[in-house]
Amino acid sequence: MSARLRWRKFLSNFMLTMTGVCAFVSVAILFLILGYLVFNGGKSINWAFFTKLPKPVGETGGGMANAIVGSAKLLLASSLFGVPIGFLGGIYLAEFSGAGVASVVRYAADLLNGVPSIVIGIFAYSIAVLPFKHFSTLAGAFALGLMMIPITLRSTEEFLGAVPRMLREGAMALGASKWKTITTVIVPAAYRGILTAILLALARVAGETAPLLFTALGNLYWSHGWGQPTASLPVMIYTYAQSPYEDWHRQAWAAGLVLLGLILIINILARTILSRGIAVPRG
Amino acid sequence: MQASSKPGPSVHITPTAGVTGAKEHAAPAPMRMTISKVNFYYGSKQILFDVNMGIADKRVTALIGPSGCGKSTLLRTLNRMHETVTTSRLEGEILLDQQNILSQDVTALRRRVGMVFQRPNPFPKSIFENVAYGPRINGFKGPIADVVEKSLRHAALWEEVKDHLHKSAYELSGGQQQRLCIARALAVEPEVLLLDEPCSALDPISTAKIEELLVDLKNLTTIAIVTHNMQQAARVSDFTAFLLTGQLVEFSPTPQLFTTPGDPKTEAYITGRFG
Amino acid sequence: MATANPTVPSAGPLLGSRSFLSKLKDGDEIARLITFLFAASVVLITVLLVYELWMNSVLPRHKFGLSFFVTQVWDPVMDQFGALPFIYGTVVTSAVALLIAIPLGIGASIFLAELAPPRISDTLQFFIDLLAAVPSVIYGVLGIFIVVPLMRTVIYPALNKPFGYLPIFKGPSYGVGFLTAGIVLAIMVIPYIISVSREVLLSVPRDQREAALALGSTRWESTWKVVVPFARTGIMGSIFLALARALGETMAVTMVIGNSPKISASLFAPGYSIAAVIANEFTEATGDLYLQALIELGLVLFLLTFVLNGLARLLIVVTTQKGSGKGNQ
Repeated sequence: MSARLRWRKFLSNFMLTMTGVCAFVSVAILFLILGYLVFNGGKSINWAFFTKLPKPVGETGGGMANAIVGSAKLLLASSLFGVPIGFLGGIYLAEFSGAGVASVVRYAADLLNGVPSIVIGIFAYSIAVLPFKHFSTLAGAFALGLMMIPITLRSTEEFLGAVPRMLREGAMALGASKWKTITTVIVPAAYRGILTAILLALARVAGETAPLLFTALGNLYWSHGWGQPTASLPVMIYTYAQSPYEDWHRQAWAAGLVLLGLILIINILARTILSRGIAVPRG
Repeated sequence: MQASSKPGPSVHITPTAGVTGAKEHAAPAPMRMTISKVNFYYGSKQILFDVNMGIADKRVTALIGPSGCGKSTLLRTLNRMHETVTTSRLEGEILLDQQNILSQDVTALRRRVGMVFQRPNPFPKSIFENVAYGPRINGFKGPIADVVEKSLRHAALWEEVKDHLHKSAYELSGGQQQRLCIARALAVEPEVLLLDEPCSALDPISTAKIEELLVDLKNLTTIAIVTHNMQQAARVSDFTAFLLTGQLVEFSPTPQLFTTPGDPKTEAYITGRFG
Repeated sequence: MATANPTVPSAGPLLGSRSFLSKLKDGDEIARLITFLFAASVVLITVLLVYELWMNSVLPRHKFGLSFFVTQVWDPVMDQFGALPFIYGTVVTSAVALLIAIPLGIGASIFLAELAPPRISDTLQFFIDLLAAVPSVIYGVLGIFIVVPLMRTVIYPALNKPFGYLPIFKGPSYGVGFLTAGIVLAIMVIPYIISVSREVLLSVPRDQREAALALGSTRWESTWKVVVPFARTGIMGSIFLALARALGETMAVTMVIGNSPKISASLFAPGYSIAAVIANEFTEATGDLYLQALIELGLVLFLLTFVLNGLARLLIVVTTQKGSGKGNQ
């Protein structure tokens, strides 16, 4: 074997090994993150974390009960806002609209999807906070709901579109109206994919902090109803982590663990549902 | 080089006039490559069964047979391309110039045994760069432009592209792209050139051009070609191997195989084609 | 399913041959109308968003005009607002992030697409997708408690001692700063580069690689000189996507950049980014000009990510189409 060939082969093995190192490092980061969270957060999770309200600055103890409830309320309200718009809009794109309208709507959805979350926060502020002159849970839900719309819309359209012609034609041949066909045949056939998308959208907004900074703001106490500012897990983490208090740092780790755990579980759940169900439409 | 008359029922296929080695008493040409006792598996499924044949030096050897008979698989073992599939397993011996290719370095082997594929697959580079690729990576020191020109001439493409060498290869027609792939393969001066159904994606005119080319090329390099087109095999090759379900049924000089096949299965295949 | 009621006095054909009202009785038409309204609302929301950003930034746009983009001073007390420190910080941190993430990401995607067996490739991709799902604020927490100390104890000494004469490595480090933010951002955008690049690499036709191997290339040569160039447009697209993500990233950057509206050459210096200043000062902004200056920054950010995302999508679509057959005829 010539020297040149030997060098080429050596280079090939070396570079290919390096790509493996890159892949390993990238995946290792995930496990590092999880490891740190479990280690640091795990020690701070206790009953108090889930049930108590935050203590005043400087005092130890206390928990994030209000933040947990607050996040739950925000997620609930944002889905009630964002999912129907995305879902029904997706039905329109897949079942009723012509090509021109469809591309305009899709373009708008993609644009909305690409807007940085802090800008969504600004927009929500000007629509849902400014006119009412106060911060509120609803404003936060509005901001988060906006972020759920594009994902829900595109996925609904994609999965509905993937339902085979035969299914549709079978129903219509039996005399079912278009709407009946949609509700009784097409949507049920596509529900797995759509559900997955909704779950993934939920997981994404569950961790969002920026849009809440000027909408739901924060609250040291319970937030009653929907018109008051509310605490939320991401914002609490943000506030506590940057504070100088050791106790708050601990709680930030704990909250981080809870939040990430929730998000990862939803993600894994969603992907498992998808992989066991109808084939994902490709391209 | 004249092409044979158009196929139709009861046509008599005349072998190519260029076959000098296959006389009536069939003096065997020296074998550039020898295939002995080759068995091939994808996982647990066996594809080739005890194949024994040779690729004659500076001749064209055709591999024919119905779909799925293993001819492409056999061709791909000759430059160890089968190794890109991890479940493949080869038993037996394949010799190039008396040396087992399975125990050599595969990268060095592939420079010596080149391949042209079924669908033209030029790189996303200019015409020039496509042909220059092989020599460059092998550390060719001389003037690359000369090598490129020589290879393009051998592939009967030079006149058509000489003023457009820096255009993208994708601007060429299908037939031109395939000739470019042939030029690319020739640029590293292989000792053996393998062609896997090189004309199956092309129109008849491009096909004819390439067939003409092949007959000239055998002075330059040993050729093995897989084809599903029997007339092509008859027109172009000196030796033909007929495979059926992974077994080599017959391997003879081409005129002999097509006029007086030794095995009834061969006869059935070639007459079945012509009706 | 309802048939036209002949006794309903027609109000004139509004939508086609049947009157609008009678069509409305038809379930399908109602469904079409309702779903249309929802679809239209998406467009409306998007238009409204741009409109609001534009209208609510009118004060600083009129007062400063284009000089907004080149003024260094950010002084709320004197009502002087210039975007340059934030643009600088956003650009620098994104550049650092890409410098780290691109080699790592492309390397990893090559491994996943060319070397790893499909099962392993899919499993690793699954983990990478999970990495993309980690919220920004958690990256921020890790940034504060892990990267910042790491910067102070390991990275800064390693770079400053030997290379401290270079402007980018000069000066003291407080742990936070451009480099720290860049590192955290890099970790956040690697998954985007990997997933998209892996997909475009997988869509490169097999026989490109085989042709290269058949000419006597080593595995690396066939990958680097043929497969990757074939997919280069899509890989560029993944980089644009990553850049768009990095530019708009708020929380993690805010937590580790140091929040100082100054332009410094040194990577160890604290700085500020567009998203970070909006996050920190929006609720504290006194006076309309201040608030609207922040909104104008939001508009800038929006436009930047809009252009990048559009380009990215174009590039990715072009590559995956090229792979599916156009290149071979």
